[in-house]
Amino acid sequence: MRKKLAPYWLILPGGLWLVVFFVVPMIAMVNVSLQTGSLETGFQQTFAWHNYVDMITNYHTQLVRSLVYGLATTVITIGLAYPMAYWIAFKGGRHKSSYLFLILLPFFVTFVIRTISWQFLLADNGIVLGNLKDWGLLPESFHVLATPYAVVGGLVYNFLPFMVLPIYVALERIDRTLLEAAHDLFASRREAFTKVVLPLSLPGVFAGVILTFVPAAADYVNAQILGGTGQVMIGNIIETLYLTNSDYPDASALSSILLAALLLGIFVYAKALGTRDVLDASAG
Amino acid sequence: MSLDKLDHRNEKGWALKAYTWVVIAWLSLPILVMILFGFNNTTGRFNFVWQGWTLQWYRDLFAIPDLTTALENSITIAVIVTIVSAVLGTMIGYAMGKYRFRGRAMLDLMLFANVAAPEIAMGTGLLSLFLTLGISRGYWTVVIAHIMFDIVYVAITVRARMSAYDRSLEEAANDLGASSFTTFRLVTLPILMPGVVAGALLAFALSIDDFIITEFNAGTMQTFPLWVYGSSRVGTPPQVNVMGTLVFAFGVVLVIANTLWLRRSRKRQAVRAA
Repeated sequence: MRKKLAPYWLILPGGLWLVVFFVVPMIAMVNVSLQTGSLETGFQQTFAWHNYVDMITNYHTQLVRSLVYGLATTVITIGLAYPMAYWIAFKGGRHKSSYLFLILLPFFVTFVIRTISWQFLLADNGIVLGNLKDWGLLPESFHVLATPYAVVGGLVYNFLPFMVLPIYVALERIDRTLLEAAHDLFASRREAFTKVVLPLSLPGVFAGVILTFVPAAADYVNAQILGGTGQVMIGNIIETLYLTNSDYPDASALSSILLAALLLGIFVYAKALGTRDVLDASAG
Repeated sequence: MSLDKLDHRNEKGWALKAYTWVVIAWLSLPILVMILFGFNNTTGRFNFVWQGWTLQWYRDLFAIPDLTTALENSITIAVIVTIVSAVLGTMIGYAMGKYRFRGRAMLDLMLFANVAAPEIAMGTGLLSLFLTLGISRGYWTVVIAHIMFDIVYVAITVRARMSAYDRSLEEAANDLGASSFTTFRLVTLPILMPGVVAGALLAFALSIDDFIITEFNAGTMQTFPLWVYGSSRVGTPPQVNVMGTLVFAFGVVLVIANTLWLRRSRKRQAVRAA
């Protein structure tokens, strides 16, 4: 009997913490999202479903933009990360962990500082553009900040390691004898890649997609620091509604919409793969 | 294999190697800028143009009281959060690695949802809870929030380590008359330790770096990232670069020390086994 209860005692404190401060808050958020009122008059529960309609009507541009930026970020990071992960896994030799360490270096610098560094690097008259303009290589009016390129570039920069790691882990796990077998069976290098390596690395790519797409689409720091009025993302709207306007119901409704949109996608996605794969890959 | 095929292969290897280094350089660029401009002899409010070397900002590191307080908050929060989540997370990771039990799939789903959920949803959700309960936001609400996501990362790291865990070792200890506590202390914990340490390091890094969840639940309390974010509109002072550099150096040293320690203990194990 004691043996049977052992796992429950072990997971009780942490599990309770997660239920109270992770699961219950999601319910609290939906609860707040259906209220009406203001900070002055107080908020009442009126089951105001129209909050959701209002939010989609008012902010569908930013919502769609966030999903597009998130998708663009994901596609670009796959393209950038895969060759690197491949080279490190197959040709990294005994320096594999050193390469991974170098790729993880940005994580030792605060996310906000990293993004501010890019703002500084890309400034209209900063050390990059300023010099190029002085040398007459760029017109005076050229700018990168406050364009979609700056925001997506910042997102790619910040989330690239999240794509490299799971792909690397998946490639590293591939049994090398499978490649020899492919070779012995007269597969060309291209065939060995497309028929053996690529399919076996897909779970890593899938994990990377989740770890990149979700935080990128829901981010507002890059849009705030590197973007302008034309690059406002849904996160910026939620931040303003919640923390500046104290419009809790609308902010919660918008956050619920974003969460629903992203989670729905993920669960369909994870169902096809099994959550263990994704979790294992994300744990490295 | 023909010669030209060999050549081709080498060429490809070189291209990929060069490419990898270019991306690593690109990833390191903002870090170099941060470090360099901590030494900039700047005078105005904006630390944008190189004016020559100085150590002034290292001397005047704590000249901005609000920034100093913010950094202190970040560090003490990260320490508290790391200790609590290392303990609670290890318990979950160990249980999941060792036992099959009812509700395990639910727990698995909750961990997965926590990793996959966007930070902004967790941040606004927790804020909604605190608002509903009338709890004012500050230092301790941020501690609660950080533990909430750090438990999960420790649990996953420890569980991954459990796959290297051999159940028969615990059984052997039991057969030799060790109590279950002694078995845990002398057999299980040493095996789990690298996973626990890795999880704790990750927890510390995630806590000290967190921005989004913190912003929603900090009230008027400032942490280092929050202060820096606020300063980005009015000009970030060079002390931020210096603090960022010191935190960076501390993290790098810690990880290298951990790697060396792991390598040594592995060697010792190998010697013992031989």
